Amino acid sequence: MSFDPQTLGRLGITEEQVELMDVAEAFCRDKSDIAKVRAQLDDARGFSQDDWTAIAELGWLGIAIPEDFGGVGLSLAEVVPVVEQMGRRMMALPFLSTTLVAQALLKDGTETQKTAYLPKIAEGSVATLALSEINGSYDLNDIETQAQRTTNGFKVSGQKILVQNLDAAELVLLSAKFEGQTALFIFDAALIPDSARRREKLIDETKRSYEVSLDGLILPESALLDSSQSAATLSHIDLCGNLLGSAELVGATQTCLDYTLDYLRTRKQFGKLIGSYQALKHPIVDAYIGYEKARSLLYAAAHSFEQQGKGEVATRMAKVAAGRALSFAADRSIQFHGGFGFTYDCDAQLYRRRAIFHDSQFGDTRWQKKQLARLLFN
Amino acid sequence: MISVEEFGKDADQWFAEHTPRDVDFMMPLTFMEVGTDQQFEFLRDWQRQVYEAGFLGAAWPSEYGGGGLTDAHQAAATKAMRKYEAPIMMNTIGLSWAGPLILDIGSEAHKQKYIKGILSAEDIWCQGFSEPENGSDLGNAQLRAVRDGDDYILNGSKIWTTHGNYGKYMILLARTNPDAPNKYAGLSFILTPMDVPGVETRKIKKLTGEHGFTQTFFEDARIPADGLMGQEGQGWKIAMQTLEYERGARGGQAGGYSITEPDPLEILNLARDTGQLNDPVVQDDLLDYIIDAQAVNLNQQRAKIGPLMRDNPAGLPLMDKLVKTEFAREINQYALTLQGTRGAYYVDEPNAFDKGLWHRSYLNAFSATIGGGTSQIQRNIIAEHVLGLPKSY
Repeated sequence: MSFDPQTLGRLGITEEQVELMDVAEAFCRDKSDIAKVRAQLDDARGFSQDDWTAIAELGWLGIAIPEDFGGVGLSLAEVVPVVEQMGRRMMALPFLSTTLVAQALLKDGTETQKTAYLPKIAEGSVATLALSEINGSYDLNDIETQAQRTTNGFKVSGQKILVQNLDAAELVLLSAKFEGQTALFIFDAALIPDSARRREKLIDETKRSYEVSLDGLILPESALLDSSQSAATLSHIDLCGNLLGSAELVGATQTCLDYTLDYLRTRKQFGKLIGSYQALKHPIVDAYIGYEKARSLLYAAAHSFEQQGKGEVATRMAKVAAGRALSFAADRSIQFHGGFGFTYDCDAQLYRRRAIFHDSQFGDTRWQKKQLARLLFN
Repeated sequence: MISVEEFGKDADQWFAEHTPRDVDFMMPLTFMEVGTDQQFEFLRDWQRQVYEAGFLGAAWPSEYGGGGLTDAHQAAATKAMRKYEAPIMMNTIGLSWAGPLILDIGSEAHKQKYIKGILSAEDIWCQGFSEPENGSDLGNAQLRAVRDGDDYILNGSKIWTTHGNYGKYMILLARTNPDAPNKYAGLSFILTPMDVPGVETRKIKKLTGEHGFTQTFFEDARIPADGLMGQEGQGWKIAMQTLEYERGARGGQAGGYSITEPDPLEILNLARDTGQLNDPVVQDDLLDYIIDAQAVNLNQQRAKIGPLMRDNPAGLPLMDKLVKTEFAREINQYALTLQGTRGAYYVDEPNAFDKGLWHRSYLNAFSATIGGGTSQIQRNIIAEHVLGLPKSY
């Protein structure tokens, strides 16, 4: 047995994390009340361009980009409190995908690509990931899309799904099989014609995504990332996605609990506030405990993220706990709101849908546990 | 004053040399598991040795028998105890409840009389809060104390008295005024001698088949009134204060520990020893426990990080007992399921895994999920004090 409790990571926090937490808490609260979130559910674009410009000006898009490339020069640990606060206010911005593309470029981009794209991202260019396919696999190497080198560049064939915020994106990071290996390509989103895009209907209506047909797409030679690194880069994207996804889940859990508690404190039945009934009180305490545990695991993951081995274990644990925390809190929130909970007007559904969506992103609980079993028991 | 570092080194050396190994009886893991005279005498003697070596009560004032050093010194000694997995300090009620209380609010005479005996384990202390009819509803305690000159006359009964049969003194929650405006205001907190006529203890056999608790009966028992702590009517407040010492929410304890918490991840060794560590179904279960154990561990680290505690500062401290004790119960229960046919055995059966320890630990785990406020009461406390929900009753 190679299991060693020391691989489990510890908890710590940086001054920068605290500063960003403070700024993000105030910003997201002011810019994203629930009425605005609901108003954007039917909006085609789904997010506020003004808010996007504002966070670019605050430097959030460059938090984990080195200063040489126009960023702030911190790490993903400092991105976590920002995403947590966005999740808390259900703020719909293409922040995760844009951050993940930047991380992929940092890991695997050529110097030309880094110089060309990272400063643009830091300044506010939306970037998106075209990794998932219709097979539904969480394994980022389990793809059919092909890229072939031709005299004109790379000829691509295949189809991607769940390409988020493609309508707003300037940059796309694509995975495709090239010479038998998974390779990554970065290119201008305008290369994908409108006819090749179909908007998908998502369980989480605060999000936007597209199915993309790639047949006939020709990418320039300069689009290819350093292909010798792609396996490690895909794994890095996966972990970054799980870390930031956990942060969004933890933030949403906090609000879901607040929303439910508010109802339990004000709704009366049989002449008593329903929050005084232990049949509701005890499960909501369990949901709250789930939230606090997930938050501890999240900040431990942020703290140890860059440590080989430890970071992956801590991140996958955080995702398990955070996914379960929001799923349970939101499931009980629907139930505890009674008849109102069954309506679209009750916010509980927003949180429940959010949790289901995150299971689709970089692996659900079962997938994370499979990876943990591999890491801890083999 | 000796430096903390040097004191810690001395302690390290002392525990390395003196920690008893390989006893031929089952060593109690918690003070509540002390069920036989052999266990009791062994642990009492061990506490005395540690005290005489200077590693218990190091921060208590020297004029009353303490070491006259600082909390940091005691912490260094306690760290050495843990390092060598030394047996528990068994006079827990004295060391962690009565002693700190007496030092905080007791009279000079109380301090002179009680402190040294608490540390040396010469005087065993027990706690008389719960009653047969008033368990979770502690504030409704009915044991009656009637003032008669310089004495109180006690009538009633207390239950779940750990070490009641060995106790020389009890911290007693008694009703001095049955006509007070509310149930809490009629209670008083009294340091009570046990060796007086009219006090009788009866052992309670636990679900494990062992002893460790008593029920204590008071029938016209006459005790000196100078054991009253604070004023009459302040009993509830003082009892809550002792609970804060117990939970570590308030400093002042003598040090050491009264509960050894086995590493929950010992269950991995059990899974390996039973050849199931590579079973994916078992791995799936184990991962849940590993993640939960890590969350419990991280919660404790986070409680010391201010910026991560702002939203609900009382949340993690108040959930600590609930989370830890329920986890211990669950993981011990799970351990039984890994033992196959040998899960049928119990303590002392040579065919049992780990001497039947897991079975005993599982059954004993309920002492912590029930005692000190049941898990259900803990959920009410969290709901009302952290989440702002209305009271249930």
